Amino acid sequence: MNEDDQSPQLTEDEKKLFEDLMPEDLAEIIDAGVNRRHFLKLMTLTGGGMLAWQSAVAEQVLTRPLAPTPPVTFNPETIENGVNVALKINGAPQKVTVDSRMTLLDTLREKLDLTGSKKGCDHGQCGACTVILDGRRVLSCLTLAASCEGKSVKTIEGIAQGNQLHPVQTAFIKYDGFQCGFCTPGQICSAVALLDEAKNGDASYVTEDLRKKSGPAMLSKEEIRERMSGNICRCGAYPNIVAAIQEVHSGKAVEQNWLLV
Amino acid sequence: MRPFKYTNAKDVPSALKLAAGNPNARFLAGGTNLLDLMKEDVERPDELIDITRLGLTQIKATGSGGISIGGLGRNTDAANHPLVRQHYPLLSQAILAGASGQIRNMATNGGNLLQRTRCPYFYDVAMPCNKREPGSGCGAMEGINRMHAIFGWSEKCIAVFPSDMAVALAALDAVVKITNASGEERVVDFADFHRLPGDMPEKDTNLSHGDLITSIEIPKNNLADHSYYLKVRDRASYAFALVSVAAAFEMKGNLISKVRIAMGGVAHKPWRAMKAEQMLIGKEPTEANFKLAANAEMADAKPLEHNKFKVELGSRSIVRALQMALNGGKS
Repeated sequence: MNEDDQSPQLTEDEKKLFEDLMPEDLAEIIDAGVNRRHFLKLMTLTGGGMLAWQSAVAEQVLTRPLAPTPPVTFNPETIENGVNVALKINGAPQKVTVDSRMTLLDTLREKLDLTGSKKGCDHGQCGACTVILDGRRVLSCLTLAASCEGKSVKTIEGIAQGNQLHPVQTAFIKYDGFQCGFCTPGQICSAVALLDEAKNGDASYVTEDLRKKSGPAMLSKEEIRERMSGNICRCGAYPNIVAAIQEVHSGKAVEQNWLLV
Repeated sequence: MRPFKYTNAKDVPSALKLAAGNPNARFLAGGTNLLDLMKEDVERPDELIDITRLGLTQIKATGSGGISIGGLGRNTDAANHPLVRQHYPLLSQAILAGASGQIRNMATNGGNLLQRTRCPYFYDVAMPCNKREPGSGCGAMEGINRMHAIFGWSEKCIAVFPSDMAVALAALDAVVKITNASGEERVVDFADFHRLPGDMPEKDTNLSHGDLITSIEIPKNNLADHSYYLKVRDRASYAFALVSVAAAFEMKGNLISKVRIAMGGVAHKPWRAMKAEQMLIGKEPTEANFKLAANAEMADAKPLEHNKFKVELGSRSIVRALQMALNGGKS
């Protein structure tokens, strides 16, 4: 069985995106039986500029796992300092054998084909690798895979329910919470966890009165900016990211003011 | 990263035994600083002992009215614990001023105290650094030293200690409880926990190999009504301090009866501003008195080529932090 046979066909969203970008080629491509894996490759290869970033955005925002690759298990003895790790990724149990040096980020990307989590700086300074570990946002680039035995990891690939986007994903699209899309998986995972932290009444450095803990925290833009400061966006989409999070947090549409961010 | 053996400690005795058996082993808790330094080839352990499953995460009131914070609890949990927020808001604020939400979810309270300096010459293995490689020289002394120390430095090292949490703990007279490799417990005053560089900048603290921080204790105090942690940095959030000030005081009538001031970003350890504290005892909390005390403290500063601004900044930051503390943390 080759890899193409395992991959699902294009989703409606993807067909639509393709149609918008390359209307004359759509029928031919679908007739030829192009699948998602080809689709994403094609979108990246088709040219620079518009198509390249559109496809990056498509991969970040609409991303869902490709057909799972059966994990290759090794005897830990055959890898120097090999460690067997059993953990849950996006709800599914996984068993991997890793070199003790392998980070959770590299394990997700290189061993499990979950390339949504991005390696930006690899030093805990940018937040592009943010995933949710046992319910909390963490940096997967500074987490050893070996230390994740028995833990539960949620990555950007597990944020949507099937094709039903998470409200934070919908809001990022609505408010243009990205340009190049590279930091977006980390931004979204961070924002999803942030909303839970606010529900718990967790404080931040800009919280007015730390001694008062009265139920869920209502977050101002200043609060959201402070709480999202671990996620850097080189394109500077910050006002849009903050607006997207604020809409989901407050349940109300947010007026975007380009002067007062 | 160099190869290392990963071992999982099941309980405190087994962690201590594993450490005692290998002088090149290191404990792994949050890993946010250690793994980064291993990627940079600054730290080179051949074994990591994972101590995150030992427990030691509890936060509870002590018999004497203080609080005990588990050494392996996460920074986020310490900052948000109701007892800490209610009675030690200075500590909550300092923790929340540090790093990012993600890093505070990973970093442990003990590990926070053991993070290394972010001096770029320490991080760059192509540069000389007495802290990384004793005897190799100090790249920062003749280099770019804008972020470096103005108090307590030596010819060997001008690096600053980066933790915010530790600055608040210094102000709150905390003690650190430690179990050594043979299982013996000891209690170290916070002032004696970290070191000034002197002739041995490679030693940040007075811990020995195999020492495990089991908890941090803060005695009961009445500083919560008037406390504030001010952090001044190059960007609004997620950056190390140029200067930070933990300020807290207690009033009797309209006079200051007890005061604690500690500074970050100015020395190789949290810097208690004892001179300023002494000048404020028995005084009214006025801007003029704050300024006199701050200027007296900063008069002893010895700035380097690129950080002369820290003297005036330090002085103004002390005044500002005391004013915020006076107003219950509000400007």
